[in-house]
Amino acid sequence: MEAKNLSIFSSRKSKSVTERTAAIILRICAIMSIVAVASITIYMVISGTPALFSQGFADILFNPVWNPTGKNPEFGILYIIITSIFGVAAAIVIGVPIGLLTAVYLSEIAQPRARTVVRSAVELLAGIPSVIYGLLGILIINPVMYDIERALFANDPNHQMTGGSNLLSAILVLAIMILPTLINISQTALEAVPDNFRKSSLALGASKIQTIFKVVIPAARNGILSAIVLGVGRAIGEAMAIVLVSGNSVNFPTPFASVRFLTTGIVTDFAYATGVHLDVLYTIGLVLFVFIIVINIVLTKVVKAGVANGK
Amino acid sequence: MENKIVAKNLNLWYGEKQALKNIDLDIKEKSITAFIGPSGCGKSTFLKTLNRMNDYVDNIRIEGDVILDGENIYADGVDTTILRKKVGMVFQQPNPFPMTIYDNVAYGPRIHGIKDRKTLDKIVEESLKDAALYDEVKDRLHTNALGLSGGQQQRLCIARCLAVEPEVILLDEPTSALDPISTLKIEELLMELKAKYTIAIVTHNMQQASRIADYTAFFLIGEMIEYGKTDDLFSRPQDERTENYITGRFG
Amino acid sequence: MANNSGDKELVRSANMRSIYDKKRRVSDTILNGLIHLSTGFALTIVLVILGYIAFRGVPELDFGYFINQTSILKNTVGILPNIINTLYMIVLTLLIAVPIGVGGAIYLNEYADGGRFVDLVSFTTEVLSGIPSIVYGLFGYLFFGIFMGLSYSILTGALTLAIMVLPLISRNTQVALDNVPNSYREAALGIGSTKWYMIRTVLLPSAIPGILTGIILAMGRVVAESAALIFTAGAVAKLPSSFFGHITTSGATLTIQLYFEMAKGNFDIAFVIAVVLMVIVLTLNFLARWISMRFDVNRIK
Repeated sequence: MEAKNLSIFSSRKSKSVTERTAAIILRICAIMSIVAVASITIYMVISGTPALFSQGFADILFNPVWNPTGKNPEFGILYIIITSIFGVAAAIVIGVPIGLLTAVYLSEIAQPRARTVVRSAVELLAGIPSVIYGLLGILIINPVMYDIERALFANDPNHQMTGGSNLLSAILVLAIMILPTLINISQTALEAVPDNFRKSSLALGASKIQTIFKVVIPAARNGILSAIVLGVGRAIGEAMAIVLVSGNSVNFPTPFASVRFLTTGIVTDFAYATGVHLDVLYTIGLVLFVFIIVINIVLTKVVKAGVANGK
Repeated sequence: MENKIVAKNLNLWYGEKQALKNIDLDIKEKSITAFIGPSGCGKSTFLKTLNRMNDYVDNIRIEGDVILDGENIYADGVDTTILRKKVGMVFQQPNPFPMTIYDNVAYGPRIHGIKDRKTLDKIVEESLKDAALYDEVKDRLHTNALGLSGGQQQRLCIARCLAVEPEVILLDEPTSALDPISTLKIEELLMELKAKYTIAIVTHNMQQASRIADYTAFFLIGEMIEYGKTDDLFSRPQDERTENYITGRFG
Repeated sequence: MANNSGDKELVRSANMRSIYDKKRRVSDTILNGLIHLSTGFALTIVLVILGYIAFRGVPELDFGYFINQTSILKNTVGILPNIINTLYMIVLTLLIAVPIGVGGAIYLNEYADGGRFVDLVSFTTEVLSGIPSIVYGLFGYLFFGIFMGLSYSILTGALTLAIMVLPLISRNTQVALDNVPNSYREAALGIGSTKWYMIRTVLLPSAIPGILTGIILAMGRVVAESAALIFTAGAVAKLPSSFFGHITTSGATLTIQLYFEMAKGNFDIAFVIAVVLMVIVLTLNFLARWISMRFDVNRIK
């Protein structure tokens, strides 16, 4: 009986309550990421700027002297910033060729079974905790570096021996850690290149390798650029893997010097720092945050440029 | 006229399925040979055996010989890059590389070791002229090729193919993705090109075959049913199946 | 000009070559070698890492580590509290992050109709996945630890990590929803189902494998995380005294304990923890692979 009286308008009110509540709750969930980024930005700025104003921008950002606990404390983080930039750049220079070529292997050359094996290995590499990279860095890379250091600087009285905990060790650890990012994103980009580009190159008498390097990689350029940008982000933000490997004293970044990165300084000093020292650690955090935001904006531009090119 | 390519007793399998059965066919030098037949008859598959583009298909098995100027292209020790330089191919979908018009045409010569800028300029200009595209693009050689219309893109692909100076050009339904006017332009172009090149074209369009081809082969379910001068094949088909097809009774 | 015609001859002369005349390209050989060398390098690294951890860690394994806490009074060394803390951290983080991540993804895919809001959410999600753990650590300490007064606790850590893994969950859910054919939606709506009912009964069940993949990846992140926890979850390694009360106490996870042991030079126990972590990571990897194979829509039964 009831069914007969069912109007197409009748049930709307009761239904619409559930419907509307669901839509509102879901919308709140979606908004959470905006809220999170906004709060993180606000907190980083609020906590990161006081030191800049109390000590002066130049005395922090462009001052090479870091002596937070001295009688006349100085809080210059210039060398720390430069170390992060140098270290990341070098890790990228080492990591990108290896990562890109491995991606080429996975996308263009490997037979299915070999591809499965290498892919599993790369996935595993991505899942290994930072602290384990650090542990192996201390026990495998540092001793080798120490041997090299002793051989190179045996007769150099000006060199401060680091026991192998130096910039070069940290660069190697970072280069390995960014490999999965570089490989995964480059591989996706290479696989997205339409097959008819490969076919027409081969039909012109190009060899497989020529086709890969002259057509496939150039066509995947934007995706590979994204991989590099993300690799930079991963490397510049890494802390626990390099904190014990890099030596962590503030020096100008030369390969065999003990150095401090933006991230590692925060890890070691946060537990005991107070007052201005603590404020400066937040400033370092803010610098790191600004780097990441810039990287993300660059990334968005790269992806947009790719879309504009019709890819 | 001389035979440029001779296929002898060619058989081809995709896995268990036989896609070409005992094909014997001669392609005459400096002429246009058309392969016609309903979809899935093996005409495209056969075309691809002529420059070994089938090598990249998984699970494929080929028996028999394809002789190019007296050399068997399926013999051991064949360098497929030299083979494909001699036997070029243009595909169904216009597929210029995502680079400039100039770089597209210069791609082949560069691959084969030509670096001199002036030589490249000359090859690019001549190839574009031969492909009847030069006048339309001469002012924007260094813009992205993806900005060209579909018909222009296909002529660019022909120019790209000509730039490596092939002896044979294989075309796999080159006009099926194009509008009638672009199609006509490409047909006129092929008629001119046959003075210098040996051309083999797969087409689903019988009128196209009758308009431009000197010789036509009719394929059906992996077999070559009939082959002869185009006029003969269309006006006096010897096989009933050919007649059925060209009169539109099936396919 | 003579030069030009000479080069032209060069092109022609290549055509005179027999197809049997194999061309050796040195650059091809070198590049091909480099590709295999790079791949070999990546594989070697994984093998060295696994081999070294097994070599140093497996001989140290002792059942006692898994049932004890480190105590000077009782003279015991153990990582049971860290294992428990890690489990608490995983469960708590997922309880917070999964509903929000999945809900947000549903909103973006099924309700929002493009425009600036969607762009903004996508951009912020992208930013969240790029923010370094250490910055999350600072933020978590300031916001959850100090501002909300939760101090060093497992809850502070879990709230921080929940933000961190949000992009993993929402993105995997979005991809899964994208892969649900539109005909499902039309079929359900077409027979008079309301939108939310359609989502609950048709979309979510079809998207479960993708959501599960996101959850497993998030678990991997939580297990591996250290920098975001060191200032939020704290450093205490004690067995829980109450089941629910434990979440408000300071608790070091396995990775944090590994860091402290390594900083102190206790490499034996560090490698025991490393073995445990690697077993967890391998299991999660295996699980993710199994799910994607088990639920592969394209796979024929």
